[in-house]
Amino acid sequence: MDNATNDSFVIVGPEISEAERIARPKVSYLQDVWRRFKENKMALVALIILMLLGFMVIFGPSISGYAFEEVDRTARNQFPSLKHWFGTDKLGRDMFARVCQGGRVSLIIGLAGAFISSVAGCLYGGISAYLGGKTDDIMMRIVEIIISVPYLIVVILLSVVLQSQGIFTLILAMTLTGWCSTARLVRGQVLQIKGQDYVLAAQALGVSPWRIITRHLIPNVLSVVLVSITFDIPGYIFSEAFLSYVGLGIQPPNTSWGALAAMAQTSFTFYPYQMFFPALMIALTMLSFTLLGDGLRDALDPRLRK
Amino acid sequence: MAQYILKRISYMILTLLVVIAMTFFLMRSIPGDPLASLARALPEQTKANFYAKYGLDKPLFQQYLIYMKNLLKGDLGESVVYAGRSVSETIIQTSPVSAAVGGLALIVGLIVGISLGIVAALYKNSWPDYLVMFIAILGITIPVFVLASLFQYFFSVKLGWLPTSGWGKPQHMVLPVIVLCFGTIATYARYIKSSMLEVLGQDYILTARAKGLSEFQVITRHVMRNSMLPAITILAGRIVGIFTGAFVVERMFSIPGIGFYYISSINNNDYSMTLGTTVFYAALFVVMQLIVDFVYMLVDPRIRLAGD
Repeated sequence: MDNATNDSFVIVGPEISEAERIARPKVSYLQDVWRRFKENKMALVALIILMLLGFMVIFGPSISGYAFEEVDRTARNQFPSLKHWFGTDKLGRDMFARVCQGGRVSLIIGLAGAFISSVAGCLYGGISAYLGGKTDDIMMRIVEIIISVPYLIVVILLSVVLQSQGIFTLILAMTLTGWCSTARLVRGQVLQIKGQDYVLAAQALGVSPWRIITRHLIPNVLSVVLVSITFDIPGYIFSEAFLSYVGLGIQPPNTSWGALAAMAQTSFTFYPYQMFFPALMIALTMLSFTLLGDGLRDALDPRLRK
Repeated sequence: MAQYILKRISYMILTLLVVIAMTFFLMRSIPGDPLASLARALPEQTKANFYAKYGLDKPLFQQYLIYMKNLLKGDLGESVVYAGRSVSETIIQTSPVSAAVGGLALIVGLIVGISLGIVAALYKNSWPDYLVMFIAILGITIPVFVLASLFQYFFSVKLGWLPTSGWGKPQHMVLPVIVLCFGTIATYARYIKSSMLEVLGQDYILTARAKGLSEFQVITRHVMRNSMLPAITILAGRIVGIFTGAFVVERMFSIPGIGFYYISSINNNDYSMTLGTTVFYAALFVVMQLIVDFVYMLVDPRIRLAGD
């Protein structure tokens, strides 16, 4: 130890270029979400099933070679075969083509319904929470009144009033009250974040309330809204199926999964396959969206971030 | 407390008034008047009498006032399609039937759903949990009318154990109740499971265990009581679920309940019947919600304090 002088030591010092190097590759928010989402095998399977369903619904009719409204009197109520994969119905229409067409309608209703009600709910909830005070009071009272009426009763009433025949009146009837729960959800979230510094900073810079709501508040509650959308979609598909059963949904010749299943219900004992396929599609879609929603909720939750 | 109850009741009345007004004016805004299709073939004078009978010859707002006045007396008018059939009487006759089926389904659903939820939470990530979640997912993903068809097919057509449809004997109720309670079972099994798992992670459960309580006591005294509380809030939703499910189930099993008449009134364009039943449903739901809220308030001391 004695012969160790100061010269024996060299000051290493920080290596500037080394210190600045990022040890791990940068992970963006979406990548992070995707990484956590991937770990949930159920949700991943659900996503794949949904993609397959989407593929079938978009390209199915052209693969099968039958038009969904094409009547073939010689092939009525045929069981599934190589010629008609899902069999035929009582007018000899190809069930596979009909299930695909029904899927288009059902999925459009689900997606459009959830999307429209989310946009409306986001704006309403955002405005209500941001403005606060009397405006908030009145706006939330209105929502409370709308919410306290049974949802399906309102939808039935609106479809009777609108004489709903097509997809658009149906979506309108369902979204006219459907946005309320999203509005409540968004309001609760916005109330939490509106006191944060970046909102104050934006206010100090003189940004208009509209821009603060649309640019700062809503993007920050988007993850919650995304999860609620995934849970809303099957809800709309279910409501449509119910309305079709009651006779207020999609009218022939157009069809939906709900309408197909409802139609097959009378002859279920003899031709169970006519109900099996549309019911299976509804069940698969419901299941997949529910599992996807569960997975998304876990993946988007910052508290679960490692 | 009293102030809170008063406030809630006044809101309820306001809601009811809005709902009734909305229903009334919406029904009247249907293109063409409600009697148009029925009165088309009638001679001019009979037509005028027909309209006068239902009060449709007066201005719209006056009709509304008359409707409200009759409503206070409990008179919802007369069916448009079936002359002489009073709407109020139909509701009085048919709602006990629906209440019997729906109430039974709700009770069975609650008992089975809560038990399954507890089992799933206690045996988390083992086969009972998976089995319960499978049942729950089936209940959520399969539409009621598909479920009803399946049950009718297997238990009535294939096995011949139970009648397919009809009303009057106790065995007529078995299938509808099972079909109807499926939704409640599914919702509650999932809900109770997650709420129990949350409670199990709380500090006071750790304290209870540290005190040396037996596992049975921890579960029954601490976990269950606390995880049951939030379950009351979703009760209102389930009651509605039973009602709307009943629309389909009553039709499929030919049960003469109020849902059956509601749906047929819509299909028959029976204007006064649809209007009356909608008002009845809305009122029932609003009152139910209020009751559920009050029960919640009585059970949970935290809410009681916050309400004061």
